[in-house]
Amino acid sequence: MSQKLLRETSSQTAGPYVHIGCTPNFAEMSGVYDEDLGAKMKTGPIKGEEITITGQVFDGTGMAIRDAMIEIWQADADGGFALTESNFTGWGRCPTDMETGQFQFDTVKPGQVPYMDGRLQAPHITVWIVARGINLGLHTRLYFDDEAKANAADPILTKIEHRNRVPTLIAKKQSSGSYLFDIHLQGEHETIFFDM
Amino acid sequence: MTHKSPNQNGFLVRNHDGHPAALTPAYKSSVTRSPTKPLLSFPGSMGEQTGPVFGHDMLGPLDKDLILNFAQPGEMALGPRIIVRGRVLDQTGRPVPNCLIEVWQANAGGRYRHKNEAYLAPLDPNFGGCGRMITDENGAYEFRTVTPGPYPWPNGMADWRPAHIHFSLMGQAFSQRLITQMYFEGDPMIWQCPIVGSIDDTEAIKSLVASLDMAEAVPMDARVYKFDIVLRGRRQTFFENRWEGL
Repeated sequence: MSQKLLRETSSQTAGPYVHIGCTPNFAEMSGVYDEDLGAKMKTGPIKGEEITITGQVFDGTGMAIRDAMIEIWQADADGGFALTESNFTGWGRCPTDMETGQFQFDTVKPGQVPYMDGRLQAPHITVWIVARGINLGLHTRLYFDDEAKANAADPILTKIEHRNRVPTLIAKKQSSGSYLFDIHLQGEHETIFFDM
Repeated sequence: MTHKSPNQNGFLVRNHDGHPAALTPAYKSSVTRSPTKPLLSFPGSMGEQTGPVFGHDMLGPLDKDLILNFAQPGEMALGPRIIVRGRVLDQTGRPVPNCLIEVWQANAGGRYRHKNEAYLAPLDPNFGGCGRMITDENGAYEFRTVTPGPYPWPNGMADWRPAHIHFSLMGQAFSQRLITQMYFEGDPMIWQCPIVGSIDDTEAIKSLVASLDMAEAVPMDARVYKFDIVLRGRRQTFFENRWEGL
């Protein structure tokens, strides 16, 4: 049976003032919401390795952009998305700093989640980026460089034709529990963005 | 905040025809911020097919009232009072309940409350410009605000944004995540705007234009604009997405 489908509403850029709607306290507009949504991913003691992810989003001139907003969504340390009673939200939202362009997430390293054929995927985080000048929010994934074995068996990473671009999806360990994940919108190191 | 069950079908392939291209040079900011390589297409998995869910109890009583939520006690925001309401549906026509919607806008004079804003129009001390709500079981939402003003912006020398309200929709999964802008019926500036013009499809643009519904107007108080939003739909088949153990 065929079905007439509605068309998805068109995207429009988040513009330069996305903070007003999504992170008003960050935009120095306090008193409307108690706190910005997604600012805290951990609400108490949690299982697993606590990690920090930092990075910047670079435009085609190589400048870190200072009006982007990043959201992430991930499994917990056990690879689960469905826990209802937990101190871990799995969802984070962070605007890039208005001076440095830095973003930071304090989270937990995700466990492995099965792909639709049952194979386990390498630990990864789903990432979504919006900003002025980005007409349709960009989806990508963050993997970890200290998960080489799992990465080598990941159903998506292994299917990417341009092997030289795979490192754009892999966060680099800086020190214990700290990872760097820069996003490049254009250029030699242009991040792989997905249509999923 | 709770989590959704992962036991769901995947999403319909995104039709990019109604979306703006990444590179739309008339909107200058897109030139250095648009990926140049094709998006890589893969079926998603749970990370894309689920998303955070927000409970109605998270909302404050004034979150959906932009006329009052930043105003001093006894004061109200200045400008033509409106109610914006509509439904969030998916592509199969089903309502999308429990969808977090966040909105933001300029004040009635076209000025945003933001430190990077450079337009000379004045701030309204009683208007912040943000609101949020969660759709009910029928996918319905509404909020009260004032009509935002049009404003000039740094693109071309004479580019003005049409009056608009920004919408962020969480959907029920990251695959449905959407940010868009709502315009107002009859505004001649819509058809001159390079950001609107990034969408190369007149019908798609029209779906971003809210219609004035005077029959619903609140007498001696507020006019009503209607704006429905469609998010990606899920596929219907049961014969795929067999998660491990199922």
